[in-house]
Amino acid sequence: MMSITQSRFAEALLDRTRPVPAEVTSWTSSEPVRRYGVYRNNVASGLARALAARFPVTEKIVGEEFFTAMARDFVLTHPPTSPVLLHYGADFTGFVADFVPAASLPYLPDIVRLEDAQIRAYHARDIAPIAPDVLMRITSERMSGLSFRFHPAASIVRSAFPIVTIWSMNAGLLPLAPIEDWRAEDALVTRPELSVVTRQISPGSAILLLALMRDATLGEAFDEALQADPDFDLGRNLAELMRSGALVDIVAEPSLEA
Amino acid sequence: MKRAKLPADAGVGFKPEHFTAIAQEPRPIGFFEVHAENYMGDGGPPHAQLTRIRENYALSLHGVGLSIGSAQDLDRDHLVRLKSLCTRYQPESFSEHLAWSSHDTTFLNDLLPLPYTQETLLRVAEHVDQVQETLGRQMLLENPATYLLFAESTISETEFLAEIARRTSCGLLLDVNNVFVSATNHGLDAAAYLKAFPLAHVGEIHLSGHAVTQDETGAPLLIDTHDTQVADPVWALYESVIARTGPIASLVEWDDNIPAWPVLVREAQAVQTILDRARRPAAA
Repeated sequence: MMSITQSRFAEALLDRTRPVPAEVTSWTSSEPVRRYGVYRNNVASGLARALAARFPVTEKIVGEEFFTAMARDFVLTHPPTSPVLLHYGADFTGFVADFVPAASLPYLPDIVRLEDAQIRAYHARDIAPIAPDVLMRITSERMSGLSFRFHPAASIVRSAFPIVTIWSMNAGLLPLAPIEDWRAEDALVTRPELSVVTRQISPGSAILLLALMRDATLGEAFDEALQADPDFDLGRNLAELMRSGALVDIVAEPSLEA
Repeated sequence: MKRAKLPADAGVGFKPEHFTAIAQEPRPIGFFEVHAENYMGDGGPPHAQLTRIRENYALSLHGVGLSIGSAQDLDRDHLVRLKSLCTRYQPESFSEHLAWSSHDTTFLNDLLPLPYTQETLLRVAEHVDQVQETLGRQMLLENPATYLLFAESTISETEFLAEIARRTSCGLLLDVNNVFVSATNHGLDAAAYLKAFPLAHVGEIHLSGHAVTQDETGAPLLIDTHDTQVADPVWALYESVIARTGPIASLVEWDDNIPAWPVLVREAQAVQTILDRARRPAAA
């Protein structure tokens, strides 16, 4: 009985074509549509607000009204499967990409992806980044065999659109202005201490870091970066990487340990 | 079993927006309460802030996602998460709701109502036992704000809560705003509800604001919004409770449309004044 009551109650919360469950009543009416509607609204608007809190720049770009309508569509078809909502909406990117009313903003799914990376960085495990000068203590002949361990907060977001510029403008970090140089931008998201940092990196740097994140050696990753950018400056990129707080360890190949 | 033991003072819900103000202008707040689910990430600023708060204040851990009123089994992973938070932060109190929020694998993110019957009484008591055994401590169970009723209910809410407390030795969290909201929504007298409430088991009180709407018949339909100041009739009910029980840890809940820190502090000071008045000998 209890289980049937809850099934009917739950199903009609998400599917508004279903009638008010027969089990519910009130002192004023035996079919309390508006009263049941409070729960329907709490579920949809509460989850939409949870998404708005996770994707504030996406909301700023499309406006609150548009975002709420899009988010309500999403939450009713993709309700959370965990009571922990900190990572709810990992599949919001795909939904936004297919959301026809947002088709005029082709960069929007990549902004969603960037904000998802930022919130993951925000809640990532606390671990101290490697000291920036560690690399200076490694002899140059051992460099190509090194592999890198990344901070759990670190991730790369690649885009065919200027997402870092668009995000920075809408996050209040850059003045809002027309973007003259409309080009692809890649982002490195980190959280070296308690603040999430989003910085633009070159395409070669994104390729290098993604290869290193896949456990490629520095030599292999450098080859990949060179193929994309023949002028790729490894020294400068490594110095920036060491300062970024994205690394927690550097490991030499076992054959070189001895 | 470790019993809930919050200080009998005014507390407030901790909001990250207020962290800097709290650190810069420390106030004599009796305790802070946080929603457990907001601290179930691996690390980062939420844990750093809660650690600081914990060092300086008493702490109440308030769950909003355990779904104790579910017909289905409790989510064991979630219980483990709650246990590790209790181990890490050693809160003075852990509380949850007489409500359900999960069905099958879907989390509905609202505190949903249940019928009060012998069947649901048994199920809720089993769940409360399981929580208390897993956490190794007494929990407080909160009375819900409800908007509708179930035809199958055979037990009053106050009897239901009293029986759960009797069977499981859990404490109760009396939300006075929920009492006023539910009583109004069901055409009942809030004072009569409180007269029937098993006050001896109350380990904490909640106070918050609500919104006023109407149902399709024009009858008042109050919504438990936590987005504004405590309403006058709720203050009056609260004073009547404290006059009967003496001081009890009392929380101002303000979760949406969050005010500036001094506004929340003023609300807590109003609570503290009522608690302090109850502390003086009656004859003085």
